[in-house]
Amino acid sequence: MSDIRKELKYLSSHEWARVEEDGTVTIGITDHAQEALGDVVFVETPEVGSRVSIGEEAGVVESVKAASDIYSLVSGEVIAVNEALADAPETVNSSPYDDGWFFRIQPDDLSELEEALDAVDYRELIESEE
Amino acid sequence: MGFKTALFATHQSMGGKLVDFGGWDMPLHYGSQIEEHNHVRNAAGMFDVSHMTVVDVTGEDAKAYLQYLLANDVAKIESIPGKALYSGMLNPDGGVIDDLIVYNMGGWFRTVVNCGTREKDLAWMAKIAADFKVHIKERDDLAMVAIQGPNAIELTKSVVAQTRSALIDGLKIFQGLPDGEWFIARTGYTGEDGLEIMLPSEDAADFWAALAGASVVPCGLAARDTLRLEAGMNLYGHEMDDSVSPLSANMGWTIAWQPSDRNFIGRAAIEAEKNAGPAFKLVGLVLRERGVMRAEQIVTVDGTEKKGVITSGTFSPTLGYSIALARVPATIGNQCHVDMRGKQVLVDVVAPNFVRNGKPLV
Repeated sequence: MSDIRKELKYLSSHEWARVEEDGTVTIGITDHAQEALGDVVFVETPEVGSRVSIGEEAGVVESVKAASDIYSLVSGEVIAVNEALADAPETVNSSPYDDGWFFRIQPDDLSELEEALDAVDYRELIESEE
Repeated sequence: MGFKTALFATHQSMGGKLVDFGGWDMPLHYGSQIEEHNHVRNAAGMFDVSHMTVVDVTGEDAKAYLQYLLANDVAKIESIPGKALYSGMLNPDGGVIDDLIVYNMGGWFRTVVNCGTREKDLAWMAKIAADFKVHIKERDDLAMVAIQGPNAIELTKSVVAQTRSALIDGLKIFQGLPDGEWFIARTGYTGEDGLEIMLPSEDAADFWAALAGASVVPCGLAARDTLRLEAGMNLYGHEMDDSVSPLSANMGWTIAWQPSDRNFIGRAAIEAEKNAGPAFKLVGLVLRERGVMRAEQIVTVDGTEKKGVITSGTFSPTLGYSIALARVPATIGNQCHVDMRGKQVLVDVVAPNFVRNGKPLV
């Protein structure tokens, strides 16, 4: 059974978003996604200072098995990326919601997140896929 | 629900992630395919390969039949008890129906063919057998376990009866011998030393448990694939199939052209191709930066309009970057471009083998 966190928002393409105390938004991939991908070997994150938009590819995660595009749940400026993933991409497998985060955004409009799935909807989605 | 091997319940209890593979429920991995891969390179791992199809060929024409059926020549192994031979089984157009191993069992032969090709193989073998005095028997009563890695032989010896341990001591590479109902071969699909053991299905779970107790790590099909790819070994349906010549699949070395009067199925077609010079060949590709080459990506070679294709691509756990096998125009030089997700990426061309006995070759 996949770990799904109540406090996060989700996309049907298996990214999660967490609103931090300072109003920034952290993006990563779900436990279900890392399980489906298997051993992650490369992560390509956007550059700090670049802009990402909802619905546009913001990065790539590659496992031994497959490559998958990463999408953001909000538009905005990238203020941090998880540099540790360059040397330890397996962190995405071992800690998808914590140490394995991908990048952090200063959102243009936090209300964009209201369009995303909540934990209940996301669980329904992956159970229907299984 | 698919076919289940004698070890199905064992895989479930050991946490194997079971997936459909050629109609069989097989373990993909037990947690991390990379850890399993590394364990085989550094110590010892074991694989359930009971889904492979074992076919015994007996009867007075067994040798003549296989000499007609296979592109390699079983005459090469007839003087060495237990000796194994790798061969393609070709169609009349020179395409590869399957690749297989055949063992000299002393007056008869045992073949091991792929599981995904089982039905067409058995039908083809039966069709050709009609003109020979042979008996073809599928051995679906046998399980098969591969134990691979630098410690594989020593650890396997530690859990088997003394007669079997002595038999293993006497095995040369690419040789297999029976002990009672067991058949023990020093063969594999990883580029490491090791054994493949066929045994009665009812013995499989106890044997697997004994190996696990000796710290042989269970490995799934995912690690098996990265290991064979690092070793530059072909996988049927990827490097070759019914429409691909063995000459374009790095299988030229498995074709016994001599004696020139041995007529085998497909000979005329591939002989003509050989004389004309094959238009395609199988090479290795390496990408030492970020990114992973994948099967079906298109390969562009300078100086020709003909395109190549990646037949198998992965991340190499041993090397730490991506490797691939590709069928490309034979005129290829030291580099080529691969279309990776819409980008033309320059990669190096190497011989189609990357790692052997734990050591990088590139």
